[in-house]
Amino acid sequence: MNRVEVEKKVLNENQLLAEELRDRYRRHGIFCANLISAPGSGKTLLLERTLERLGTMRLAVLTGDLQTENDATRLARFGFPVKQIITGGTCHLDAKMIGKHLDGWDLAKLDLLIVENVGNLVCPSSYDLGEDCKIVLLSTTEGEDKPLKYPSIFAKAGLMLLTKIDLLPYVPFDAELARENARRVHPQIDIIDVSSTTGAGLDLWLDWLQRRVQSKAAQHVL
Amino acid sequence: MHELGIAASILDCVRAEAGRHPGSHISKVGIRLGELSGVDADALHFGFECLVKDTDLEPLVLDIEALPRVQRCTQCSHEFRMTQYDPQCPSCGDFMTQCVSGDQLDIAYMEVDE
Repeated sequence: MNRVEVEKKVLNENQLLAEELRDRYRRHGIFCANLISAPGSGKTLLLERTLERLGTMRLAVLTGDLQTENDATRLARFGFPVKQIITGGTCHLDAKMIGKHLDGWDLAKLDLLIVENVGNLVCPSSYDLGEDCKIVLLSTTEGEDKPLKYPSIFAKAGLMLLTKIDLLPYVPFDAELARENARRVHPQIDIIDVSSTTGAGLDLWLDWLQRRVQSKAAQHVL
Repeated sequence: MHELGIAASILDCVRAEAGRHPGSHISKVGIRLGELSGVDADALHFGFECLVKDTDLEPLVLDIEALPRVQRCTQCSHEFRMTQYDPQCPSCGDFMTQCVSGDQLDIAYMEVDE
């Protein structure tokens, strides 16, 4: 019997493709955000509100679901390039799917790529898509302890968006406890409260996003 | 939930390694699994066994080394194992500690029967 040291990532193939994507984004000065949440936390509605306020930004959206083109149809109304990634049952997006769906887009004409991952708090956290930042959404109709139950994604996300805050008067959700739990898992995480229904917090979110897009574009110029 | 796909990726690596050792059999593959990897060890074992059963890969053992989450203090650089989601540095008491280990999903070694 002979022991061979391998020292390789299990998802090595995905990792290599993700690094290729990261390099392409860097060369074109594109900021890539990977939106992750449980199903129904409000990713698509937040994106609709985001797109309608980012009229002049050079952005594109990839949206993943197990089935249907519904989200792409919703998001295409704002005039930006949008493609649906139908995974056909797979519970996450991987770097290969992203690369394939970028085909046909001129990356030189983009400053921001938003990837809306499949609704799932577990598996998407394992797959690097070459993004600059993972953004996790937690809504007030979920449990405050979700960051503790699904620590992997909260530990890897740079920003947590606490969504549906307009519902706080009607649901037994302790927002401060939710924020505290997120910070226990990831002390450096940014947190912004938003409501896609009333528009509360959207300015803060758009400011957060635009600052990162500008900073990435500035690095590109240098 | 995605452990079957992870198991398939491990077996791809096993087949690639087997190709480098013609005429031999790989009997064991060792992986390192961090607690933040998002992969469940039991589900991974189950998926792995399903994919290996009744194939030329049998017998093949999966050895999982579970690794804890380790934080480093940004103030005093002390490193400590994080338990019970307590990010506080046990050395200086600061809360702004950073995760430096625990998301491993790596193949460490294989055992080849010549």
